[in-house]
Amino acid sequence: MNDKDPRLLVQPSPLLKQEMTTAQTMKDLLYALLPATLAGIWLFGLGALLVIVASVLGAVLTEWLFSPGDQRWQRLLDGSGVLTGLLLGLTLPPALPLWMAFLGGVVSIGIGKVIWGGLGHNLFNPALVGRAFLLATFPNAMTTWSVQASGEGFLLWYPSNFALPFMQPHYDTVSAATPLGLMKFEQQPTPLVDLALGNSAGCIGETSGLLLLAGGIYLLLRRDIDWRIPVGILLSAALFSGVLYAIDTVRYPDPLFTLLSGGLLLAAFYMATDPVTSPLTPRGAWIFAIGIGLLVVLIRLFGGFPEGVMYAILLMNAATPLIDRYTQPRVFGKE
Amino acid sequence: MPEKKQDAYQEFIKGLWRDNPVFVQVLGMCPMLAVTNSAMNALVMGGATFFVLVASSFFVSSLKNWIPKQVRISTYIIIIATFVTVTDFTLEALMPKVHKELGAFIPLIVANCMILGRQEAFAARNSVRFAVVDALGMASGFLFALFSLGAVRELLGEGALFGYKLFSENFEPWVIMILPPGGFITLGLLLLFFNWLKERKDRLAQQLDQMEIEAP
Amino acid sequence: MKVSEPGSSRLVATLGLAGLLSGLIIVSVFEATLPTITAYKAKVLQEAVFKVLPGSTQLQRLVYRDGRLTPVEEVGKGEEFVFGGQDAQGVLVGYAIPGSGPGFQDTIRLLYGYQPKQRKVVGMEILESRETPGLGDKIYKDAEFVSNFDALSVEPEIVTVKRGAKAAPNEVDAITGATISSKAVVRIINQANQQWLQRF
Repeated sequence: MNDKDPRLLVQPSPLLKQEMTTAQTMKDLLYALLPATLAGIWLFGLGALLVIVASVLGAVLTEWLFSPGDQRWQRLLDGSGVLTGLLLGLTLPPALPLWMAFLGGVVSIGIGKVIWGGLGHNLFNPALVGRAFLLATFPNAMTTWSVQASGEGFLLWYPSNFALPFMQPHYDTVSAATPLGLMKFEQQPTPLVDLALGNSAGCIGETSGLLLLAGGIYLLLRRDIDWRIPVGILLSAALFSGVLYAIDTVRYPDPLFTLLSGGLLLAAFYMATDPVTSPLTPRGAWIFAIGIGLLVVLIRLFGGFPEGVMYAILLMNAATPLIDRYTQPRVFGKE
Repeated sequence: MPEKKQDAYQEFIKGLWRDNPVFVQVLGMCPMLAVTNSAMNALVMGGATFFVLVASSFFVSSLKNWIPKQVRISTYIIIIATFVTVTDFTLEALMPKVHKELGAFIPLIVANCMILGRQEAFAARNSVRFAVVDALGMASGFLFALFSLGAVRELLGEGALFGYKLFSENFEPWVIMILPPGGFITLGLLLLFFNWLKERKDRLAQQLDQMEIEAP
Repeated sequence: MKVSEPGSSRLVATLGLAGLLSGLIIVSVFEATLPTITAYKAKVLQEAVFKVLPGSTQLQRLVYRDGRLTPVEEVGKGEEFVFGGQDAQGVLVGYAIPGSGPGFQDTIRLLYGYQPKQRKVVGMEILESRETPGLGDKIYKDAEFVSNFDALSVEPEIVTVKRGAKAAPNEVDAITGATISSKAVVRIINQANQQWLQRF
């Protein structure tokens, strides 16, 4: 090798240039969510689109309002506000009044993120904070599910979407029960094919299992998310519910139903994997994921609510700092 | 307090605003969060605390020379507890419905650290007059804080104030506001608001100083 | 300031005196307010009993002693009791049975009226509950749900069905979105029925 080889470049580290930036990761997540979002809009009609737009708008406006003047554009363009709004919108029922969806977006960013110091400082997943707030605030509207349009009425919107701010919505469509609600209160399972294709009542973005899975795999291939978290959640939830299913096949649903019903897939790939609110170490990620999987099954089968994914993730979010502390690798050469 | 000019107005306004027991000192959080789900409950709780604090401050200050230092805290507690029990029975007889809703929180006024704190920090060292003025100020500040929280929570949680519906029948209540989390969220936002006010005032004062330095 | 050490007798005397005065004040206030408080409590109870037992204007407490129901003035500690409701002529209208059990959030305490002749529940009133406002609290705010218990057969055992599906006289329309609270109310009544019905 020649001393003066022009191909040899000497420069201080880091030598490898990382192409992955926050904005890039957020963009990937948005791309990955696109199919499921479109499917949700197709299945539930234009009303669903409006709900998503309202929650994104609420999130983005709050982000804008509470950012220091000189950082506003930069913060908006990193896409995290849009992503939070979209994730929140996907977890809302399609017939929700738009003002509630907007309020949810405001709370997600305001109480879920800005108040902690902005992106990277929040303890809880902002979208789920917004959803938890909405569920506790408007329990009626948040648990009224509409029968889906299944493509026939793409132009369908719900009169309840346009309830005046602070006023009650009027529902005139037939309400339906989610697969989890049917299972919990009437011990009536939903066919797996319907769950996989999204042919059931539920939140806008949680019904089409296959599309969520496809988006998740895209994210894994792009290495945007830690593979241990979705794998850990799904495995532990399947195992735990499999054990229960083996004990009593009538009372407890089979593991595949557990995986495909409710928001488990959506949450496992897109929410639990939020790098801010999940542990940093590989061992921590496993503990975090297994904890979520177990809690989901526990809440669904033994708790008061039919769905427990949201609370499971929020609870494990709260445990994250502790997990991080106890799974820190030992410093080399020290006891 | 030796030879310091005391101004009754300042002592009063200190409790009501500048050193507000809730928004500045963050004391008395237990009743603050637990019973403020309606304006009426908040007002009755504030009134009960008001009576106990003013009466205790009056007695502690008048008796301060007879109470030996070693047993002062226990004596204060006896005095406070007496007034709390009196309030408890009176409320149960006069306003049974509100009393039932406030439940265990009336007896718990004894444990409100704001009250014992005022006895130890102020009433026991000042003249009766100032002790009462200080208690009036602190109690008004506490009442004001309880009421602001209760009013906000009832307004959003029920669409009403003192039980009167302010909006049309179709108002969608924010259920969370009358549940415990609503108390925490509202209190947090109110604290945020008061800190923001204070910071803005400090900043303005600083700017004023700067201007005076620059233009002598 | 120089502090002179007071003797322990002085300390004890101070505390004793404070305690004595405090006790005196408390006892006198207690005596003064007691009649109002007891009168109010009795009124609340009466209203509840008369409400769940339409037609009754008087009540008596009945305890189950030695295999039969005995009217008593005061119910002993730990004794199980029901209220007997009579009309103006002193004819027994029915029994008001207190029951309690776990709801969605906290214990629900309720009182329901039972008519032994028709073997029917004729009224139900929730005395205490902490169900979710807006959903679970419909067990007492929703007049339609409460009216389920105005004429409810107790044989066979009461069951909850989906809203609007009530077909048999022993069925209760559940509240949409508050299945657990509705079921809790029915469970509490069924439990109390098991305990009391064969005693009437």
